Order: sequence, then C-alpha cells, then structure tokens
Amino acid sequence: MIRGFALQGAQMLLVLLLSPLLTGFVRKVKARLLRRQGPPLLQPYLDLIRLMRKDVVLAESASWLFRVIPYIVVAGTWVAASLVPTFGSGLMFSWSADLIAIIALLGSARFFLALAGLDVGTSFGGIGSSREVMIASLAEPAMLMIVFTLALIAGSTQLSTMAAYMLSGEEGLRVSLGLALLALIIVAIAENARIPIDNPATHLELTMVHEAMVLEYSGRHLALIDLSSELKLLLYISLIGCLFAPWGIAGPDASAQAHAIGVVTYLAKLAVGGFLLAVFETAISKMRVFRVPAFLGAALMLGLLATLLMFVSRSL
Amino acid sequence: MMVVYALYGVAALVVLAPVAIALSASPRGTSVVYGASLMITLTQGMIALLSLFGYSDPSSTVTLPLGLPWLGAHFRIDALASFFLVVVNLGGASASLFALGYGRHEHSPQRVLPFYPAYLAAMNLVVMADDAFSFLVSWEFMSLTSWALVIAHHRISENVRAGYIYLLMASFGTLALLLAFGLLAGADGNYAFDAMRASHPSAALAALVLVLTIVGAGSKAGVVPLHAWLPLAHPAAPSHVSALMSGVMTKVAVYGLVRIVFDLLGPPDWWWSMAVLAVGGITAVMGVLYALMQHDLKRLLAYHTVENIGIIYIGLGLALAFKAYDMPLAAALALTAGLFHVFNHSVFKSLLFFGAGAVLNATGERDMEHLGGLIHRMPQTAFVFLVGCVAISALPPLNGFVSEWLTFQAILLSPQLPAWGLKFLVPAVGALLALSAALAAACFVKAFGVSFLGRARTPAAAQAQETDSNSLAAMYFLAALCLVAGILPGFFIDALAPVTKSLVGVSMPHQAGVEWLSIVPIAESRSSYNGLLVFIFVLLAGSTAAFAIHRLASDKLRRGPAWDCGYPDPSPATQYTASSFAQPIRRVYGTSVFRAREIGEIPPPGATTPARLTVELRDLIWDAAYAPVAEAIGYAAEKLNYLQFLTIRQYLSLVFTALVILLLVLAIWQ
Repeated sequence: MIRGFALQGAQMLLVLLLSPLLTGFVRKVKARLLRRQGPPLLQPYLDLIRLMRKDVVLAESASWLFRVIPYIVVAGTWVAASLVPTFGSGLMFSWSADLIAIIALLGSARFFLALAGLDVGTSFGGIGSSREVMIASLAEPAMLMIVFTLALIAGSTQLSTMAAYMLSGEEGLRVSLGLALLALIIVAIAENARIPIDNPATHLELTMVHEAMVLEYSGRHLALIDLSSELKLLLYISLIGCLFAPWGIAGPDASAQAHAIGVVTYLAKLAVGGFLLAVFETAISKMRVFRVPAFLGAALMLGLLATLLMFVSRSL
Repeated sequence: MMVVYALYGVAALVVLAPVAIALSASPRGTSVVYGASLMITLTQGMIALLSLFGYSDPSSTVTLPLGLPWLGAHFRIDALASFFLVVVNLGGASASLFALGYGRHEHSPQRVLPFYPAYLAAMNLVVMADDAFSFLVSWEFMSLTSWALVIAHHRISENVRAGYIYLLMASFGTLALLLAFGLLAGADGNYAFDAMRASHPSAALAALVLVLTIVGAGSKAGVVPLHAWLPLAHPAAPSHVSALMSGVMTKVAVYGLVRIVFDLLGPPDWWWSMAVLAVGGITAVMGVLYALMQHDLKRLLAYHTVENIGIIYIGLGLALAFKAYDMPLAAALALTAGLFHVFNHSVFKSLLFFGAGAVLNATGERDMEHLGGLIHRMPQTAFVFLVGCVAISALPPLNGFVSEWLTFQAILLSPQLPAWGLKFLVPAVGALLALSAALAAACFVKAFGVSFLGRARTPAAAQAQETDSNSLAAMYFLAALCLVAGILPGFFIDALAPVTKSLVGVSMPHQAGVEWLSIVPIAESRSSYNGLLVFIFVLLAGSTAAFAIHRLASDKLRRGPAWDCGYPDPSPATQYTASSFAQPIRRVYGTSVFRAREIGEIPPPGATTPARLTVELRDLIWDAAYAPVAEAIGYAAEKLNYLQFLTIRQYLSLVFTALVILLLVLAIWQ
C-alpha cells in the first residue's frame, strides 16, 4: 500500500520534472543537426521559471474561464502522464483509468484549450482552435483504433496489464502490431503539434495551430500551457515505450534494484525517442494544413485495418 | 400496487390539461400548471424508482375497461418500464421546474399549457402500456400533443412547416408500428403483450417485424435517414418542450424498440444485430456531421440527439448480437451501456436545451452568429451549459464518457462472435463511434465557444441578463446529476441490473462493492475505470499547481487590450464565427457528405463592391429520399386534381365502373 503510494508519487514527480528536460533535449538535438549551438539543455526550466514570475497580462475581453483553463489543462495532462507506466508498472492508481480513459482525459484537456482559443475573441485564437479540433477529430478515432488493437492483443485495456503482456514476449511479431505502431507514431506527432503537422517553433505563420490557440496567454498561464505540452510529449514517448519497447519496466512487486534499472532504461528510451523525433523533424518539412487530413486519415485507416485483422484472425 | 398509483398520477396529469385551459387566461396559471406538473412527475418518478428497486410486483397488471372491448387496456410496470418511467419523469420534473421560470415569458400560454401535462401523461402511458392497442393509442396521443406544442408559435412559418413534416413522419412511424404489432399479434388479434411473448413468430415474420420496428420506433427516435423531421420540430417548440422531445420522447422511442425486439419478438437471430448496428453507426456519424454544419443553437442540439440515438443503438445492437450467440454477460454489458446512455443523454440534453432556452429568453436569438460573450453577462448559465457540453462530448469525469466507455468495452468483447458479417461490421462501427465522439467534442467547442465566449456580436447579446432562479435551479440539478453519474457510475449500473436481468437473463457484476467505488465490467485485469478518483486527482493536481504558483511565483495580473499578434481589431465581426470555425471540418468531411462548395466572389481591382464567400451545402439524404417522394405525391395530386371537376354523369359512371371492377376482383378472388 505505502509502496504503491510511494511509487505513484515518484512517478508523478518524475514526469513533471523530466518533461522540460525532454523538450530541451529535442531542441538541442535539432539545433545540433542544423549545425547550430542551440539553447542549453536546461533552458525550458529557465523559461518556465521566468514565465511564472512575470505578471499575467489578461485581455480585456477574457472571462473567468480563460484564467481557469491553464490549471485544468495542466492537471488533466499531468494526471494522464502519471498513469502511464514509465519505470515500473506497479502504480498505485493505474487501474483508476485505463488507456481509453487516459486518451479521453487528454481529450478533455484539449477541449478546454480549444475553448480558451475562442475566449478572447480574436481571429488567431479562432483559427488555432478550429484547426486543432479538426486535427483531433481524426487523431482521436485513430488513437482509439490503436487502443482497440492493443487491447485485443493483450486482452485488456489496462496499461499496466498491457505492458506486462508485451514484456512477457508471448506475442512475437504481428502484422497488426506493426500497423498499430505506425499509426501511433503518426498520432503522437499530430497530438504534440510537431512537424509536419504543426511547428512548435513558429509564432507568426498562418499554418500554426497550437501556438495560435494559446497566443493570448502570458505569464504563469503560459508557463502552465507550455508545461502541459511538454508533459504530453513525454506521455506519448512513454506510451510508445511501455507498449512497444517494454524492456526494463519493473513489475508490481519488483525489488528496488529492478526499479533502478527501470529508471535507467526509461531515461534511455526517452533519449532515443527524443532523438528520433528530432531527426524526423529535421528531415521533413511542414505540410499544408489541408494535407493533414490525408496524413491522419492514413493513421485512422491503419488503426482500423489492424483492428479488423484482430477480428478476423488470431495470428496476424 | 405501484402501477395503480402511477395510473392515478397519469389521471391527474390528464385532468390537469383541461384545467390548464381555464387557468391559462390568468397570470398565475403558468405557475399553477407547471407547479402541479412538477409535483405529479416527481411522485411518478418516486413510484418508478421504487418499482425499479423491486418494491413492487412486476407481474401485477391493471386492466381498465377502455379500448378494444374484448381486450381492455392493460397496464404494467416491469423492470424495463420502471427504468424508462424514471427517465420520463426525471425529464418531466426538471422541465416543469425550468418552465416555472421560463414559461412566464411565454406570450401565448394558452397554446402551451393545456398540451404540456397531456404530453407528459402520454409519455408515461406509452411506457406503462401492456397491450399493443393502448401502446399505440398512447404513442399517437404523445405524437399529437407534441405536434400541438411544436406549432405553439404558429405565426412563424418555419414552425408550421416543421409541424407539417413532423405530423407526416409521426403518422408514418405509427403506421409501421401498427403493422409490426399486427404481425406480432397474428390472425387471432392477440394484442396483449403476454400473448405476443408466448407466440414465437417464424423467422421471416420476425424479420419483417424487426424492420417495421426499426422504421416505426426509429422514425420517432430520429435514426438516419428517418431523422428529417427531428431537427425541424424539436427546436420549433418552446425550449422546455424541446428538452422533453429531445431528451425524453426519443427515449420513449428507444423503449419501443427495446420492448419489441428484446422482449416480445423472442430469441434474436444474429443478423438482427447487423441491422441495428449499421443503423446506429451511420446515425451517430451523420448526426454529428449535420450538427457541425449548423449555426442555430437549438437545431445543433437537435442534430446531436440524432447522434446520441445512434450511440444508444450501437449498444443495443451489440447486446442483440451477444444475446443471439448466448453470451449473456457480454450482452448485459452492452445493454447496460446502451441504457445508461439513454439515462445520460436525457440528463445532459435536457440541460443543454434549458441553457439554449435561457439564452433565447435573454437575447431573443437562437442563431449563434448573433451571440457571443454571454459568459460575462450570464455566468451561471454559461457554467451549467459548459457542464452539459463536457458531458455530451463524452469527456471524463462526467457521465457521457462512462456510457461510451462501457460501449467500447462491449465492442472489445465482440471478436468472440463467430459470424463473419459481424467481424467486419463491429470494428467499423467502433471506428464510427470513435469518430462521432471526437466530432461531438469539436461541435461543442463550437457551440459553447461561439455562443458564450468571445465578444458580443449583437447589442442583444451584449445586454443579456442572467436567467431566473427556477430555471437555474433546474439546470444546476441536471448538471449535478451529470457529475454524480460520471463519478459514481457503479450505483447507476447496479440500478440497471434488474432491467438487464429481465431482458438478457443476467446482469453485470455488482459494482457497488468494488474497492474505491470504481467500475469493473468484467474483471479488474481487463478494464476498470474510477471516475471519482480521476476527478479528485484532476482537482488536486489543478489546485496544487494553482497554490504553488500563486504562493511561490507570482499572482499579479493586469488587464490590457488583446494581443492578437499586434493587430487587435475592435470590431466583434473579426472574431471566428460558427461557420468559419466549422470550415476545416467542412473541408475534410463536408465535400463528400454534403457536397459542400465554397464560392468566392472577388470583385475586379478598383471595384467598390465587397468580396463575398458563399458556402453551399446539399442535404443528400433529403434530396435522395424525401424530395422524390414529395415530388411524386405532388405529381399524382396534380393529375388527380382533374377528378375534382367532373360533371355529375361522369361521377356516376366513375362510381359505377369502380363498383363493377371491385365486384370482378371479388369474383376472381373467390
């Protein structure tokens, strides 16, 4: 009991503390790939602290909802990120929300963020929100199809059970797993507003989605929004890690040593994930907004195909 | 015994209707009628709850000497009926409470007050009926009273058209149900439900009854393509009646389907589920896509009713499939999911219609393009409306998510179904369900964001006043129910146990005893969800963040003009509108579903005319299914019009020829 609480608490703190580092790492790698020096690794922490200390400049037309939303968004994302197994699967509360609920919790966060885009009543906020919900309307069903596939393979929608099942290696290679992984990567890119869907580094382009939506935020509110995007990136890399590369994750009753190994392998997974993301983003260019549906539609179709395969055959 | 008390309640409502005619002239009449309706529906709801929890004998029947002379009118409250009675009277009570405030603004109360209690009585009677005759009479009574309420504001020509189409579709639906019951009753005319249950129709007959039921009950529930009347008629009525029509009457239609297909029709064939699932999947996605294209707030909500009926049908279809293959536990799960969504939808849809009514009262506008910024003027209405939006978008921790989650869990059990058709259909329906959930969230970002957030687009919206306390009480009550059903779903699932037990033989595992009040549909290793904990975690995490930042960093705040990348424009017309918000989705889905076209007219350089962007949408279902029928009827009527201007000799010879032909037919027939 106490152990479970301690593990859960450790996980909550770990994801919160690690997520800016991951973003810093991705930025650093991207800069190095472009032969730039790049900002220091710890820059995201400094940014967050600086933003938190600043005054909030609130638009005159902003309502109370606008001020509450950053807390809702960060809380939803943080809770979701704490329920994805990272270094150990013996989380105290992992049963309180299965993978469907975690996805829906992220959906709640997005719902409120899209509302925030409309709250001030500017055209930039509106363009960001409307594009965000369009992307989500394709990414969410694709994600649910991926969840279906994985749940049918593992016989559970519980992430800890899924991770344990994947770790047991009973499954071997399956076509549907491959399709699901591909779809999951596409969804993860879209959900985190990365290139080629959206560019996290721009502020003044009409193609921007996420940055346009949060344009009116400043000070501590902006810090929270940034933190939740960082948490979301960490969440998706952890998710891919715990489902498709579950090596090293400590079981529910594992020793302290196993947990230490779990932490080390988790850090390694994050580094690999962040590195691959940076390479991918450097190698590809941003696509037009109305090409995005085709890209995400592919993820949806892959997910549906994977699920169909699971329905018609136990071995594919 | 309960059924007798419930019939007294119905009688009270029926008596209230003529009393309301007398009272509607006096200024206090509104309060008296709605107050009395509130009391009666509350009592009815209590009776229904007591019967649901087993405090009455489900086999006790009351026979009144009404209706068919050899049959009489039978009434009974079994588990299924008691659940739907709870839904009907919960909706009725909250609508009456809302109307205590809202109804005061009605400019012609004499057109609303008499029909309102009659409509409530009719919905109660449909659910309690235990023979086909009283079922159909009550069903038709329900249609007619609601029709009268739809055309209450008959000076608006749109409403009259809506009422006309509604009347046609309602008669069509009743006709289909009449045929279905006729087939079920067989040649001897055994119209009592008991007799129907005992007789097992042949496979072909059952198939016909199933199709007729889907058409008959489905047209009332608004399944695609029989939905055309719904988005016209539901918004036309006064808002508390819209809430009843969307939140409650569509559920009575679902009751009709469940009663016939699960109860009267005998053991299901596997392909029945295919029909219900396909209808459900298409309805869910089409409903939400239509909704996304709307900018009339009440019509948008009405289209969402179509979507949610689709979700309910998916649950029911899965339950049929599992029942056909004798997988009772899975069937219980799917049926619970469907019925729980019936309850949830009735709660949040009523709430949303009340909110739309409050906005309509405050601004005189239903068109979202004329609203905006209402959160400043009507903060409480905005808050409860937001709760409804989150709930209907199936987002945790509110109730809409729980029933969709249960439906997903049921889908995940379906690979065990052996039929190949289902192996392809079920994953596709799952994808459609997921798509409709995501699109619903997009649609409610639009509905809430454009109406309540941003800046006021018209003076009416800028001067809106918060709505009255009775209306707010009704909305807060429903919003609280959304939260309670979302974080403590176990109790609601347990309450549904007797219903599933009576229809599929078993019920879901008992949930109230599970640790930490979470819900576990099958086994904990398989899936579990705890809305309460998720809610507490989010609350804790959010308040921790707020506390830490305000204490340790900064809590200063100042107001300034909007940033807007340096180009803030004072005109509220520069905001995103409902149609511009829907533009990306329209381009992704609408080009194929609605043949959406954007026509830009850009004047030549130097011209002073403004540039224009027009969007053309076509309703392909209307064009394909309704327009040809209307055209054919119009054509035939025009041709037959000739018969109205004959001379007396011609009429006599026409009658004579007709007589001869009929006699000939009779002679050949024999």
